[in-house]
Amino acid sequence: MTEQLMTGNVAAATGARLAKVDYVPAYPITPQTEIIETIAWWVADGKMDTKFVQLESEHSMLTAAGTAALAGARVFTATSSQGLLYGMEMLYNISGWRAPMVLVNVSRGVAAPITLEPDHNDVLAARDSGFMQFHAETCQEVTDLVLLAYRVAEDSRVMLPAIVNLDGFYLSFTREKVSVPEQSKVDEFLPGYVPPHPFSASKPVAKGTSVMDGALYSYFRYNAHAASLKGKEVFAEASKNYEELFGRAYGPVEGYMLDDAEYVLVMSNSFTALGRQAVKRMRQRGIPAGLLKLRMLRPFPRQEISNSLKGKRVVAVFDQNLAPGLGGILWPEVTSAMYHTKGRPDAVIPVVGALGGKQTTSKEMESIFEAMLKVGSGASPEPIFLMRDTELKRVQQLVTRATKEGS
Amino acid sequence: MSAVTRFRTLKDLPREDYLTPGGTLCAGCGGLLAIRLFHKVLGENVVWINAAGCVTIMMTYPLSPLKSNWMYTAFASAPAGAQGVRDALDVLVAKGKVPKTEDMKVVVVTGDGAAYDIGYQATSGAIDRDLDFYYLCYDNEAYGNTGFQMSTSTPYGSASKTTPVANGNPLGNTRNKKDLFDAWRVQGAPYVATLCTSHGVDFLRKVEKGTTVHGPKLFIAFAGCPTGWGFDPRETVEIEKLAVQTGTWPLKESVDGVVHHTMVPRRLRPVEEYLRTQERFRHLFEPEVKTDAIRRIQSTVNRYWKEASAAEGFDVQAVE
Repeated sequence: MTEQLMTGNVAAATGARLAKVDYVPAYPITPQTEIIETIAWWVADGKMDTKFVQLESEHSMLTAAGTAALAGARVFTATSSQGLLYGMEMLYNISGWRAPMVLVNVSRGVAAPITLEPDHNDVLAARDSGFMQFHAETCQEVTDLVLLAYRVAEDSRVMLPAIVNLDGFYLSFTREKVSVPEQSKVDEFLPGYVPPHPFSASKPVAKGTSVMDGALYSYFRYNAHAASLKGKEVFAEASKNYEELFGRAYGPVEGYMLDDAEYVLVMSNSFTALGRQAVKRMRQRGIPAGLLKLRMLRPFPRQEISNSLKGKRVVAVFDQNLAPGLGGILWPEVTSAMYHTKGRPDAVIPVVGALGGKQTTSKEMESIFEAMLKVGSGASPEPIFLMRDTELKRVQQLVTRATKEGS
Repeated sequence: MSAVTRFRTLKDLPREDYLTPGGTLCAGCGGLLAIRLFHKVLGENVVWINAAGCVTIMMTYPLSPLKSNWMYTAFASAPAGAQGVRDALDVLVAKGKVPKTEDMKVVVVTGDGAAYDIGYQATSGAIDRDLDFYYLCYDNEAYGNTGFQMSTSTPYGSASKTTPVANGNPLGNTRNKKDLFDAWRVQGAPYVATLCTSHGVDFLRKVEKGTTVHGPKLFIAFAGCPTGWGFDPRETVEIEKLAVQTGTWPLKESVDGVVHHTMVPRRLRPVEEYLRTQERFRHLFEPEVKTDAIRRIQSTVNRYWKEASAAEGFDVQAVE
């Protein structure tokens, strides 16, 4: 085991290298590109025994990824934002094919307007695709979750693909210390992939065939759901084994100062670091604040969320995404997870912020706790939208300039 | 044609069938016949990669008329699906994870909607990457599976559901058929051929030649469509033959970019003979004969063969 400073992108590529992937179909897009560049270099330099092929679009890239996995290869690929959406049709196909593979998504806001920095509308657009989703906060988590994702995806009880998500820029281009797992131990944790029914000359198979019967179609869809739920159990087993081998434990959710907390902020990905800072500040003021980080979003850890938030006074869900006409995407999911729980919180406040990677201060995160302190029972379901006064002023100036100079 | 061939006459057609009878496709489907012949030449070790089209319905869970492997991908990306399978087999054989005996030919099969339109980009990518695969396009000149809407393969003067013949649109489709053969050839595919099941030996020999070529091998098979074109299912092969004899469907191949016509119709039969056999062209003759449109179709054919004759040095007698 060695410790190395690396970016989130290199941490993702490192996970793929340690997993000894057979095949990487690729297509460039910011901010993911460093991942495929790194792998291209390692393959060219003989550090990875992998076939690397650059396709002509993400749609083709994901198609090739899925069919290669069905042929028995361990497959890795990566994309971001527009690329994920361009290939979206194939996400549903790959999960329907029950082709285990790992796709790293480096989050980036979705056009229009076109932008580069992160929010989670891209990866959450894939929430219903059948891919499992693991979201990373740190570079260490990126490497570890890639390995865990393969272990769960390829398990015969699951056989579903997985997305590992990391934030563009904030994590993809941030260097952090990563404890790189020893290859021999990784091999023990993740033996080679043995496909159950690959394409074969001696035993031909038909895959992706049409189903012209609603009951039969329902059967396959229900099956995918059941397999995804199984993924939670398998993740727990795999995580235990991972901890034994590497000393790091990962649950589907992770609490911070949660036990005695009464006001809890729920969030995911790299901005969680800011949430923790806010919790500390609130604690300094004597307010029982806490945080719940969501690591696994599919299968949805309903029970774990409900157990973690039971008995809390007020909860706020920080959505770094926006579904126009609805609000944040995770708020209804988290809220519904608690609906049947006795002792559920009095209120769950929806908050939307950090869209397009909007710089967010610890103060803004503290304002969420302020809102929680003010609320009685039955908070408004309309989200609080975060933006600082200085930002608002700057935005107004720019909009004025655009309209004035244009007229 | 190659000097040494297994196929001198139709009697040399392999007896083995890899496509069992009783499938779900329409009676008289020219595409199905093309697939059947194609498979006979390739032999048993095949992975078919399909995009949405008529043939997709042939494989309806839990039944399969195929004795080989099948993979339905998506409308736009069958060639990318072929890329994944080819690459996986290559890397797994190289690493010793899959025995060489399990290796297979990877064959894309789609209609013209996928080949000419929505999958054009993915095909271009596969050609560019010199992917070692076969592409069999059964060309029934429209979106057949969805009920016969125009594709860029639909010929001038053909009716379709999205170019309906009406008072304001008396000719049906008024665009010319896209030249996919040349598009593939110009992009650098080492082998491109047109096929027609009415010319079986020519068909078999071309597929056979394809098996000797490394890289993208692309075939466009003319595929009579009784339901879409409007003719009796028993007439498929006869109508396809007329397309060749009238010069409407040239039989040719391109080896490393050099075009060679494999069946030269020395004396063209009038296109009218071909057009009259099908409902999709009926409006060209009824209620009155659309002489200008028919003349335009004929002159397009004449011009094609004039240019081909000049390039290759053969004689074709045009229809005036």
